[in-house]
Amino acid sequence: MVQVEAARRGRSHVPAASVSKVSRTRTERLVNLVICLLSTRRFLTAAQIAATVPGYEHDPDDPRDHEAFQRKFERDKAELRELGVPLETGTASVFDTEPGYRIAHREYALPDILLSPDEAAAVGIAARLWQHAGLAAAASSGLAKLRAAGVDVDPHATLGVEPVVTVDPAFGPLTSAARDRRAVTFTYRAPEVDDPATRRLEPWGVVCWQGRWYVVGHDRDRGATRCFRLSRIVGPVRASGPARAFAPPRDVDLISHVAQRFGPVAHTGRAFVTVRPGRAAGLRRWAVDVVPGPDSDRLTVPYADVERLAGTLVGYGADVRVEGPPELRETVIQQLKEVVARHEPLSTAVPT
Amino acid sequence: MTQQHRTSVDRLGRLLNLVPYLLARPGIRVADAAADLGVTERQLREDLELLWVCGLPGYGPGDLIDMAFDGDRVTVTYDAGIDRPLRLTQDEALALVVALRMLAETSGTGNRDAIEHALAKIENAAGDLADAPVAVRLPADAEQLDAIRAAVEGGHALHLTYYTAARDETTDRVVDPLRVIMVGGRAYLEAWCRRAEATRMFRVDRIDAFTVLDEPAAPPPHVDLHDVSDGVFHPTPDLPLVTLRVGRGSRWITEYYPCEEVRHDGDEWLVTMRVTDLGWAQRLLLGLGADVTVLGPAELVERIRAQAATALDQYAAPGG
Repeated sequence: MVQVEAARRGRSHVPAASVSKVSRTRTERLVNLVICLLSTRRFLTAAQIAATVPGYEHDPDDPRDHEAFQRKFERDKAELRELGVPLETGTASVFDTEPGYRIAHREYALPDILLSPDEAAAVGIAARLWQHAGLAAAASSGLAKLRAAGVDVDPHATLGVEPVVTVDPAFGPLTSAARDRRAVTFTYRAPEVDDPATRRLEPWGVVCWQGRWYVVGHDRDRGATRCFRLSRIVGPVRASGPARAFAPPRDVDLISHVAQRFGPVAHTGRAFVTVRPGRAAGLRRWAVDVVPGPDSDRLTVPYADVERLAGTLVGYGADVRVEGPPELRETVIQQLKEVVARHEPLSTAVPT
Repeated sequence: MTQQHRTSVDRLGRLLNLVPYLLARPGIRVADAAADLGVTERQLREDLELLWVCGLPGYGPGDLIDMAFDGDRVTVTYDAGIDRPLRLTQDEALALVVALRMLAETSGTGNRDAIEHALAKIENAAGDLADAPVAVRLPADAEQLDAIRAAVEGGHALHLTYYTAARDETTDRVVDPLRVIMVGGRAYLEAWCRRAEATRMFRVDRIDAFTVLDEPAAPPPHVDLHDVSDGVFHPTPDLPLVTLRVGRGSRWITEYYPCEEVRHDGDEWLVTMRVTDLGWAQRLLLGLGADVTVLGPAELVERIRAQAATALDQYAAPGG
């Protein structure tokens, strides 16, 4: 051991000023621990590791010294696991009572990955998309590993269109729970409901649909499939119960569940309206037919829902007049009457 | 988790990556490696010094990580067994896979193959971890977006026929394109608008027609791009403030448009929001019908009442 130390010291440079001596020693010890455990086929016990890896020297017979070593070793193991180092635990033989440790190279190493320059550029751009969002750090450390595997990434590549990828805070916990198949509990606030409600869900997966995030799964209270918008989840998402607690239906199409619930509907209805010349440009863009007239233009507008179209038409006020169908015309007249009633001068006083 | 702890974990990760990174690039310049890895040259040299005293048990000269320096170039000559980077973690695999799926959804057909192949390879390398329970579907009008992107890449000024929802009008203008981006599932052309003499975001689905001009795009140097990390519309304090009483059926507007305040009041909500244009606010709020009462500004209240009354008159008229 003395010789080993001397050899290292002979090679060691003066520690750099910006790195504290403690953290440098600690990082050095952890790198040596990884190399040691990668190089062994046998499981090494904590005592064997302490006798081998520099930085763990202690007197095993001194209870306080030994306890300090154990704490240090526990912290180091936790740090390796946090980094994703696959630390295996086992015993070298049936006679061993102490657990031992090793790292299988096959489990440790990123498999070979050969990317063409175009493909590497795409990964580089993809990693950059998270720059404003929560997964930015994970994307760039993932990219660093690909670089270390020999992939060269052109940092200046562009694809012409760059999506800005943002996620809601619930994204992380929900994807983890979906992957682990653990049930979750969260508070959900639907805009048309007064009070947020607690929901219990078996999450099958998370969907980005038309730029918004949703979670799809089995609602334990309703006993049915439900979609929830992540932006409406209030506060933390809590996973509970064991992993593999449920199985999503085979071949479940997450996107179609969201599209059914929140998606557009077919615009099969046809409304006929007259519009003042040069007005209601937005409505004209929607129209499937425009017949110009001397005083007004006649538009044919497709629609799915009478109430919604009525709202749009009322928005244009006196620039638009509904000719038919009668039910649309009645709805528009009714809405206009209500708007007038609600905005009569006497009723507009700001409440105190 | 303390900052110090985070730094320590990050540094360990960086060091374990550094050996295979250098192994794959014998004789790389230290400065180039530092730039590529996003660290300072000084930091990289400190990392190399630390690695240089680490190695296999025995820790003799033949056991330690070794490297050869040739001027400002470095080559790893002994790796002590850390010849490959660590596997991707769950979060790393998720971040890359989801971002690539996003990119595949928004990219033009020309680049899609490369993205799909990259995605398949990353998923393969990540193993089970890549099985991210995340699906992505964006509403790209692929043809229109492809055409706009090709036009922007061509580097020419564009003549746009554009529908401005705020004023409900379709106008023509010449713009110098800057970039095409996708925010919240919508594609935008960001460009210098020669008419407004400012950068503007044009929603691609509202570009009704465009022509590529002969003259090259010439935006003024150093124009500021919009910060879109938090959405496209950022109300500023100089915009008119509108106060509303909103019923349950129209509460969705508080999710859809940025609001200054949303306060529960009896069966309804008191909402304040800033709007770019009172005409736009009038169309939106009139259209919400009986579910919304506009409380202020007084000008908007009167416009809405008068507009609704005039519209009603059309139906009262003979033959109406």
